[in-house]
Amino acid sequence: MDRVAEFDPLYFSEAALRMRAYRQQILSSNMANVDTPGYKARDILFSQALREQLEGVAYSNALPLAATSDRHYRIGGSLPGSPALLYRSAIQPSLDGNTVDVEIERAHFADNAVRTEAAMTLLNGVIASRRMALSGNNS
Amino acid sequence: MSLMRSFQVASTALSSQSLRLNALASNLANAESVSGPDGKPYKPRQVVFRPAPILGEVAAGVEVASVTEDQRPGPLVYKPGHPSADANGYLRMPNVNPVEVMVDMISASRSYQMNIEVMNTSKQLMLKMLDLGRS
Repeated sequence: MDRVAEFDPLYFSEAALRMRAYRQQILSSNMANVDTPGYKARDILFSQALREQLEGVAYSNALPLAATSDRHYRIGGSLPGSPALLYRSAIQPSLDGNTVDVEIERAHFADNAVRTEAAMTLLNGVIASRRMALSGNNS
Repeated sequence: MSLMRSFQVASTALSSQSLRLNALASNLANAESVSGPDGKPYKPRQVVFRPAPILGEVAAGVEVASVTEDQRPGPLVYKPGHPSADANGYLRMPNVNPVEVMVDMISASRSYQMNIEVMNTSKQLMLKMLDLGRS
């Protein structure tokens, strides 16, 4: 099951979208705290976070699926894992200890939004091709 | 859904920034208020922000920790005819610097706009997400 899941484009897109939404959340909290004294801008390393999601590292501490038989699927918990939150190195930190740089956050936010859309387009393609396969090319 | 949190985060920022705008408007409106209810000149208010953790999430919103009053005395102005003037004819004005307030206001309104954009982008993404697989 694990091997199949690793190469399943649906699974991949789902993990990618989940991480994109997660990053969106981090970036929006950076922007919300642009005027908060002492707030440090956070971010995740997307490639690493996605790899961890796919390899199931982030699931290791999550609740596993309860199985009553050995022949049940062994899958990790369905709780979204939390990748390591890093601190962004400040280019121009302000005197109150805030390291949020509006331009950088905006750029990352826009970038993340576009990539989320790209992931959704990819997922739509996967779904469309599966649907075509199921319907025997008369859709 | 994780994108919903972006809404929550942005909305905490919007309410905090609007409270800041309210305080600034109050400061600007009372730039000439020499005697408040306590008979003292108006003291400018300043809001202090702090990150507000959202339950079970790593993302943090923002909330107003406190609204402080600027205790610094304002400038003395010579106005002998004024009813609130002291024996020497001097009047204690509120410590409001209109330029400072205006600059702060621009900063607050920019932050507000930015968070509106965060909401707009998140909304678009969520709408797209709802349309997934519908082709």
